[in-house]
Amino acid sequence: MNFESKLNEGKFCIPECTECKKIVWPPSKFCDSCFGIVTLKEEDFEGKIVEFSRQNEQYFCIVEFENTFRIMANISKTPKIGQMVKISKCGIEKGNYFFHVI
Amino acid sequence: MNKVGIIGYGITPFTKEDKKIESILLDSTKEIFKNNSEIDQKDIDAVLVSTNNNSKYLSPILSEIAGIQPKIAHTIENLCNSGTNSIVSAYSYIASGLADVVLISGGERYDSPGSILEWDNSRGEYKHPIFWASIFAKSYKREYSVSDEELALVSVKNHKHAKNNPNALSNKTYTIEDVINSKKLTDDLRLLDCSRPCTGSASIILGSEEKVKQYSKDPIWIRGIGQKTTSAGFTKNISFSSMESTNLAGNAALKMANKQTEDIDVAEIHDAFSVCEPMILESLGFSDEGKGMSMIKELHQTNNYKINPRGGLIGSGHPLGVTGIAQTIEIAQQLQSDASNRQVKDANVGLVHNMSAAATSSTVLVLEK
Repeated sequence: MNFESKLNEGKFCIPECTECKKIVWPPSKFCDSCFGIVTLKEEDFEGKIVEFSRQNEQYFCIVEFENTFRIMANISKTPKIGQMVKISKCGIEKGNYFFHVI
Repeated sequence: MNKVGIIGYGITPFTKEDKKIESILLDSTKEIFKNNSEIDQKDIDAVLVSTNNNSKYLSPILSEIAGIQPKIAHTIENLCNSGTNSIVSAYSYIASGLADVVLISGGERYDSPGSILEWDNSRGEYKHPIFWASIFAKSYKREYSVSDEELALVSVKNHKHAKNNPNALSNKTYTIEDVINSKKLTDDLRLLDCSRPCTGSASIILGSEEKVKQYSKDPIWIRGIGQKTTSAGFTKNISFSSMESTNLAGNAALKMANKQTEDIDVAEIHDAFSVCEPMILESLGFSDEGKGMSMIKELHQTNNYKINPRGGLIGSGHPLGVTGIAQTIEIAQQLQSDASNRQVKDANVGLVHNMSAAATSSTVLVLEK
């Protein structure tokens, strides 16, 4: 099953190369380093907030996972730089990925 | 490698007009031939169209409606730095000897699809450019203790410059209070901190040394080119308070031109949002890290037009595929002492900085008389 299928089910996975073990981001079927086949790691990953801003009452932030890659996510409470968060909700809506963290 | 220079250019006012892309492209192309009577359509070896428009086969279409039958004809798209990418491609055709005279025509509609990079899913639902700009602004302000009021000066300065640019979208000047009181888009970005998409057309003809000397009384040479693409996705930027691709492209362009930043008399830089201007100045070496706003403040207070004399993207408007060409035309005019009341005194060496998608890709050109 690929990254988007899992995301559509509300599951956030981390893609990793089966050969060189590199995390491959953005998600792809093949490793961007050795072109090995990529599999998905499915865990309750923790990420770190590296930056944030706010539109109206909604905060949005950059979250870094595994010291490797970053995503933009919603967060409901006032974020702090360095704060550790987990993905509470994710999916695909109208073709766009969405991520919520707590 | 053959020497490459500018033979002529044409540009029309940036507007919010609803026009067909083919007409837009023709607007500035016909200006070139009107302004440079010694050049004839039959002299053109290649026609490169710079645009983010989704219409197909635009270069052969422009060639047909402009009476040109080029050897080489195609479109170049690279989001917001399509314009300078087209100039680099034209340079390569000429330097390699595949063409002697190349027409580059940039055209864009106000509703260009190039504003949003749909592919960049790491941004989640935050794909509009105001979100990467907000993150840059927040990060830059935090890192260097800069306030919203200080950043607002970029918009004040560039709108002031644009007032002297007859082709600019904006014809108004603003105060720092006006910028701060303009619509708040996010905690870190106001409406007047942003460049606006618009309809625009700008064209330029490049030629080999022999052709430039034949057709231009006041030649401008492309001395240096630097380009770097670090990624496509915004979140892959290593830093959100500096621009790696700009730094690398700038160093490469200056090295090729055998120049230092201190040698640059005038520069057009890609101020898509207020915060971009100090970040670019620092990444190109015009100022120390965190000191970009001090330089901008001094330029504004002394009415020095050295940086973004035509008003930058914030003042002039930002028709994506046109911007890099319009920036290059401005620098050529400055070096030819033909920039009217926005003229920078004794300008001999100029620089163009044009970038795409949150500085994931940058192009820098160095021009000289």
